[in-house]
Amino acid sequence: MKVKHIFEIAKALLLARSKQTLVAAIGVAFSVAFFVSLLGFMEGLNTLLDGLVLNRTPHIRLYNDIRPSDNQPIALDSTFKNYHHFIHSIKPANARKEIYQVETIFKRLKNDSRVIGVAPKLSAQVFYNLGNIELNGVVNGVEVGQESKLFKFQDYVFGGNAFDLENRSNSIILGQGIADKMQAKKGDLIQVTTIYGEQFSLKVVGFFQSGLVELDKVQSYVSLATCQKLLGESSNYMTDIQIKLYDMDKAPELAKEYAALFKIDAEDIQTANAQFETGSSARTIISFSVGIVLLIVAGFGIYNILNMMIYEKMDTIAILKATGFSGADVKKIFIAISLSIGLGGALLGALLGLLFSVAIDHIPFNSAAVPMVDTYPVDYGIQYYAIAVIFAVATTYFAGWFPSRKASVVDPVEIIRGK
Amino acid sequence: MLLIQWKSLEGNKMEKQIVLEAKSIYKSFHDPVKIDVLKDLSFTINRGEFVAITGRSGCGKSTLLYILSTMDSDYEGELWIDHELMAGKTEAELARVRNEKIGFIFQFHYLLNEFSVLKNVMLPGLKANKLSEQELEHNAYELLKKLGIEKLAMKMAYQVSGGEKQRIAIARAMINDPLILMCDEPTGNLDSKNTEIVFDIFSELVNTFNKTLLVVTHDQNFADNTQRNIIMEDGRIIS
Ligand SMILES: Nc1ncnc2c1ncn2[C@@H]1O[C@H](COP(=O)(O)OP(=O)(O)OP(=O)(O)O)[C@@H](O)[C@H]1O
Ligand SMILES: [Mg+2]
Repeated sequence: MKVKHIFEIAKALLLARSKQTLVAAIGVAFSVAFFVSLLGFMEGLNTLLDGLVLNRTPHIRLYNDIRPSDNQPIALDSTFKNYHHFIHSIKPANARKEIYQVETIFKRLKNDSRVIGVAPKLSAQVFYNLGNIELNGVVNGVEVGQESKLFKFQDYVFGGNAFDLENRSNSIILGQGIADKMQAKKGDLIQVTTIYGEQFSLKVVGFFQSGLVELDKVQSYVSLATCQKLLGESSNYMTDIQIKLYDMDKAPELAKEYAALFKIDAEDIQTANAQFETGSSARTIISFSVGIVLLIVAGFGIYNILNMMIYEKMDTIAILKATGFSGADVKKIFIAISLSIGLGGALLGALLGLLFSVAIDHIPFNSAAVPMVDTYPVDYGIQYYAIAVIFAVATTYFAGWFPSRKASVVDPVEIIRGK
Repeated sequence: MLLIQWKSLEGNKMEKQIVLEAKSIYKSFHDPVKIDVLKDLSFTINRGEFVAITGRSGCGKSTLLYILSTMDSDYEGELWIDHELMAGKTEAELARVRNEKIGFIFQFHYLLNEFSVLKNVMLPGLKANKLSEQELEHNAYELLKKLGIEKLAMKMAYQVSGGEKQRIAIARAMINDPLILMCDEPTGNLDSKNTEIVFDIFSELVNTFNKTLLVVTHDQNFADNTQRNIIMEDGRIIS
């Protein structure tokens, strides 16, 4: 028996019941369509939300932590090894956050093939002056070129050009929240006071919207040089080195390596942002389960229709068997029916899912939190379509399996005698 | 009449070649009490024979035919078809025997309504998978032509009359050139004209094409015109 002829018989049986076939196929199609559009939407959101943080977080951050030395003098003397140490709450002796030998570290990292890029960063505690009220704040000094290349800095700057920070001395990009409070417009001069009590006038060249409202009430950006000026430090003073890697998963490992190599503190992104991974995977798991439940429900639809069809087609099965078709042949015919419904429905569903996704992609979505999108985000990843189609075909195969087995054991004598 | 002359041919059969042999077949149903339906049935059928089985309603004719056609394998005794013992064969092997060596014709024509007449005739051939689709189609068409119904080839099976259906069923039974044709009351649903047509076809199959036929019938006139009449009563052969 050729496969072609099995499918030919299956097709004839399907066409004889075209309405039920259509209903079953549409059931599968809708499940697949919902599956791909739901997952595409969820993943789109995931990428967007994770991007809010992950895009702007260095994979590894090098800095000097302020803490007491790990090797206290008492530990050096082996005589006291087994003694109880009464001295506690030891205070750090060196309060300097400055990273030494910045040039060397930069050179080494730039030659490292695992590193995409390196960006220096400085932070200064300030007070924003609002008449006689002082608001707490942080001013970050960044190198605009590197910061844009690695952390999409310019995506979050609006109402001005990010590079004006470098081109104009004493300029500032204000956080949106603080700008609203100060009612600052572009070109205005604002006053800040450093923790050392010095006052500076800075010219507003743009605004920064991170998507995290609390952060925008505090944080502003200036150039490295301006920040060094605010801190009263020289031009090679640097407190943070931000590293972006090709493979984010290697961050913990490399952080250790760099910490040892440069005798410095290194923090990897996984440690700094442990909660984000969990949020994303929870969302993904939920959408997957909903999708799979939909497909299983569609599978039950096929199961029902096949069972009904076998009931109606008892005579046909009996004749096929009387003329020499074996139980296995009959089983193949009904599996073919089931798979045809599954595959047809799945392909239709994939197409429908794509249309749904395009529709979602056109729904307006304006949120202060994410200034760079104006419609809902959708991930068109081919993998969701592949998973949905494969799973749909597998479900229909299993849905068809039991009815097919039933058909294969139909006793032709019983049917023929019953006539 | 045309039908009479076959009797005279009975004598001059060439060497006897056994096509089917039944050796003490017993069959009983257990529903709800044990009833023995077939009791110690033994007979042989030779190549080219035209055999009728008659007997009162309920004497076990159909039951016997289902066993002989390998559809029912739940019996005691031995069944040999083409010198092969049927006992111990798997369901798939029995299906193959049925497909290649036996043509079955029912009282109710039992065509597949989802297919055209031509496809109905071709289906057992597609299962056998020995000839290409074109060759099968050609053979099926030739068979329909011989039976005078080639005009119906492209019609759907439910669009033809009862008499025509029975002729289509004969064509289907013939498509794999079987060793033996078995029929359960093939004329039971036909008027006298169609009965005559079917009988003429059977006679031609036996005489011209040297086919073997085993026909269960209630029509005594039909049975009288075959070469041999097995008469059953209460699950036994009485003559
Ligand atoms: N599945 C079954 N369970 C129990 N008894 C059965 C079953 N099938 C048939 N019988 C009995 O077996 C006997 C023979 O039945 P069978 O159909 O072979 O008769 P038949 O000779 O073909 O009759 P008819 O000429 O009316 O077709 C009957 O008495 C019938 O009641
Ligand atoms: Mg009967």
